[in-house]
This record gives sequence, structure tokens and C-alpha cells, in this order.
Amino acid sequence: MSAAMILRRPFFWIIAAIIALFAVAPTLGNDVELREDLLLAAVYIILASNLNLMLGYAGYVNFGSIVFFGLGGYFCVYFMSALGWGLASAALVGGAAVSAFALLFGLGILRLRGAYFALSTIGVNEAVMAFVTNFAPWGGGTGIYLSTELFQPLGGPAHALWVIYYMLVGVMGLSLYLSYFIKISKFGLGLLAIGQNEDAAGVLGVPTPRYKALAYCVSAFLPAVAGGLYFFKGAFIQPTDAFDLQFSTEAIVIAMLGGQGTVLGPALGAFIYEQLRSWLLTSDTFANFQLVIAGALLLVIVLFAPGGLMGWLYGFWPRLKKVLE
Amino acid sequence: MTALLVIERLNMRFGGLAAVQDLSFTVEEHEILGLIGPNGAGKSTLFNLINGVFAPNSGRVVFRGADITGMPPYLVARAGLARTHQIVQPLGAMSVRENCIVSACFGRENLPLARASKAAEEAAIFVGLADRLDSLASQLTIAGKKRLELARALAAQPTLLLLDEVLAGLNSTEVERMIDVIRRIRERGITILMIEHLMQAIMTLSDRIVVLNIGQKLAEGSPTAVANDPAVIEAYLGDPALAAEFRGVA
Repeated sequence: MSAAMILRRPFFWIIAAIIALFAVAPTLGNDVELREDLLLAAVYIILASNLNLMLGYAGYVNFGSIVFFGLGGYFCVYFMSALGWGLASAALVGGAAVSAFALLFGLGILRLRGAYFALSTIGVNEAVMAFVTNFAPWGGGTGIYLSTELFQPLGGPAHALWVIYYMLVGVMGLSLYLSYFIKISKFGLGLLAIGQNEDAAGVLGVPTPRYKALAYCVSAFLPAVAGGLYFFKGAFIQPTDAFDLQFSTEAIVIAMLGGQGTVLGPALGAFIYEQLRSWLLTSDTFANFQLVIAGALLLVIVLFAPGGLMGWLYGFWPRLKKVLE
Repeated sequence: MTALLVIERLNMRFGGLAAVQDLSFTVEEHEILGLIGPNGAGKSTLFNLINGVFAPNSGRVVFRGADITGMPPYLVARAGLARTHQIVQPLGAMSVRENCIVSACFGRENLPLARASKAAEEAAIFVGLADRLDSLASQLTIAGKKRLELARALAAQPTLLLLDEVLAGLNSTEVERMIDVIRRIRERGITILMIEHLMQAIMTLSDRIVVLNIGQKLAEGSPTAVANDPAVIEAYLGDPALAAEFRGVA
């Protein structure tokens, strides 16, 4: 597909509009609180959107997708603190390393299907966490603290937070475009066929082992880069934060809530979930109640609206399918 | 005529059960070869061995001169061998058009996405699904799903087509239409190996017939020769009524 054809598609511009909204909204009035809200929403979108490549397209439930985020964080923080690299190169190289790691594991665990695959992804996350907890160069169980000196190249801590925010919004934009371009490509068609019926897809000629491993590998990259930026922002990383399965579960809820297999769904789901979460976190009656809500939400979606919000919208206006991917 | 597919001393065991035993036969280019035999004779297992769903315990499958034994199904499809399933396997949440596009994209033609749509539409129209192009595959009737199986296989522009009971479960009008479609497929120069339980249909369609029984080849030859073969009548057509039906055709 030529660049001109893609530019003519309305959905390309819808994604651009979402990115612009994230970029501009907190700048107006220098609203730091809104920025922090949107930063978390952007992280959720990155996680859910990339998870969706496996979950929504190829039909493989990855319960341990947070391992990419956490490992990416560790690589980036380590490269910066021990080797003195800059933020961008540390995050990108970290992302590439995690992708390579995913490809290696993917070739192994993607032989499994259904519940067995889902369980093995939890196993990968737990194994990596156990390894890192015992890995002295990465600080073992206590983790790594970053010196605030490292914020100086980005113009001091206050300015650095804005830089990191824009970088994360950039990664979010890339995630949405990646999801979109895969969906309208031959690779995406193959993945969707695998998601529908893997055996039939193979008989029709879809190179299933290669496509699955590639999807798993690709879905690791941007979350890993985001992990690098996120943990740099906190100037601290430890195993229990980096490999927190709660984050993985939330990513699944978000993708399902918005509509798995769609490009816009995870973004919509992330935005709504983030709003709900911050309200529940700050409410006196419901403190830390968001996980109960998340669980109940997931149950309701699976039972009554497996297509999520996007599926529900398509049901009302089938023509929407042609505009919103 | 040259051999398109050669099955050479194929063996497949599932635990203690020998599903296919020492089976050899050849499919010639441009013919329709019928494969018949009672339930459990190993017909569908044979298809699964040919297109790589199973790897045989021993023996070879040679397609267009290349050994494809134990090759994964997607490589077999790419080599130009398409099949339909006895139990239909639609990609349910995709439209008829999209189902065919998958095959056109990844089958023998290996078309880029932009060019696959046309081939997909042609195949769907060819089998009579022109008015259902945008319906979801899961919403088709059983006859529609059988047609979709066929359309999908055709969209790949295969050299050899394996048909696994495409007529089963269809009413007589639908059977007539499907037989016509199969004839027209052959006229396009596509070789067909088909499993079928409907005797009348397979006897009229096939150039030659191979009879399987308990995983072994019982007889091979023209429909007339097979129908009059005492071994076939004895072992396979033990039912006199069915034997009469055979003779009626012959």
C-alpha cells in the first residue's frame, strides 16, 4: 500500500488526532496533574495495544505481558546507571534486547495453545522475576536507584518529566500505528486467521509458527521501550514493581473492555479504565477497590459483550466498521 | 498423462490401530480420482497425511516430483495443494470474501493483499456465493459453508484439490449444483482427489476410483470395473441394496 493511499484513510488521521490531543492538552495551562493522568493512560494504551496483537489478532492470551515492560525497564536503567548511556539509546536498545528475548521464548512456548500458553506466559514472568531478584548486577531484590544527576541532560527534573511524557506519547502513537498497519497488512490477515482457527489457517497456507513468533516478538518491543522511560521517570526499579502481574491483568481488562482485535478499542479501554481507576483510588469508600471492579468488569464483558465497547458500537452502526478499525 | 501425486507405501498407526497400511497409488494430472471405502477405512487420515496435518510412520508422498512427506500444512498449501474439510472449518468472524482472501494470499499464488481481493471474489462467485460475499462465514447455512470450503480452496489457484465429502449433508438440489461446480473445476485444469460417500455422484464424476478398506487398498480402476469387482462387492458392498445401486450406475 502506498503512502498516499494510507494518508487518504480517515483512520490514519483519527490516530493522529489522538496523539495531538495527548500532546497538547496538558501543555495548555501547564497542567501537571493532567499530564500525570494522561501519562498513565498512555502507558496503559501502550501495554493494551501491544498485548492486543497477540490477544486480539492471533487469539493468544498473554497473561505475563508485563515481563516485557519490566525487563525493558531494567535494561534501560542498567544501561544508564552502569554504562552511562543516554535515555533514548538505553530505552531503544533495551527494547531490542527484550524483543530478542521474546522471540527466543516465543519459539518455545508458542507450541502450546489455549490455557497452556496462558499459564506458560505467567511462568515466564515469574521465572524472570526470580532470576532478576537473584541477579546481583541488577541489585537483586533491592533493585537499582538512579541518581538525580541523570535528569540533568534533560534540563533538570521538572523539565525531564515533560520530556519523558512526550516520549511516552510518542511510543503510544507508534503503538497505535503499529497496531493499525499490522491490521491492514497481509501479516495481520494471517494473524487474524490464526486467531479464528489456527489449524484451518495453516491448511490455507498461513505460516503459523513464524507469524506467531513474529507477533510475540513485535508485541514486546514498544512496551519494553515504555518500561525504560517509565522506570527512568521514577528513578528506581525493583523486581516486585517491574514484574507486577496486576499490570498484566489490567492490560487484558483494558483490551477486552475496549474491544479486542480492534485498533481503537485498547485506546478507548485504557482511557476509560484509567479514569475509573484514578477515581476509585482517590475515593474514600473505594480505595484500592479498582481490582475488584476490574475483575467484575472482565466477567461482564466476557459474558455479555465479548466484542467490548467497539463490538457494541459496531452492533449499533455496522457502517462504523469501515471507518474505525 | 503424468503423475501429479504419488503415494508410496504409506503407513500410519494410531497406537495399536493401523489407520493406513502400505498404501500406494497415483493421481494423474487432470483426472478426478475418487476415493471410497466404509467409515473408518482411513480416507480422511490419508488426506491428513497428504497435506501434512499428520506425518506418516513410513512411506512417501511425492507431489509434482518433490517429496512433501511430513511437510507442515502451510508449505504443502504453498506448493499448490488445497483441500476442503469434511467438518467445515470456516474462519467464522470473517466474511466470505475475507476467508477467500486468506487463501489467495497464502496459497499457491501467494498474492500480495492488494491483488488477492479479485481472485477471492472470482472463487466465491464461481461456487455460487456471489450474493454472500460480505456475510460472515459463521452465518452461512451448512450448504453455504461447504461452498465456502470449496471457494477458499479454489482461491489459492491450486494444482491439486482434495475434496473431503463436499456433498455430505446437502439436499438433492444442492448436490446437483455442487456436482456441476466440481465438473467446472476440472474443466479449469485442476486435478481432483475426492472422498465421497454418495455413490451415484462419485461414480459419475470420477475417471478412476480407489477403494480403501481398513487402511488398505482393496481395488483400483474405472468406476465400472470397481463396481463389478467381486472383492469390492464382497468386502465393501456387503449390503445387496448398495450393490444394486452400483450396478445400476455401471
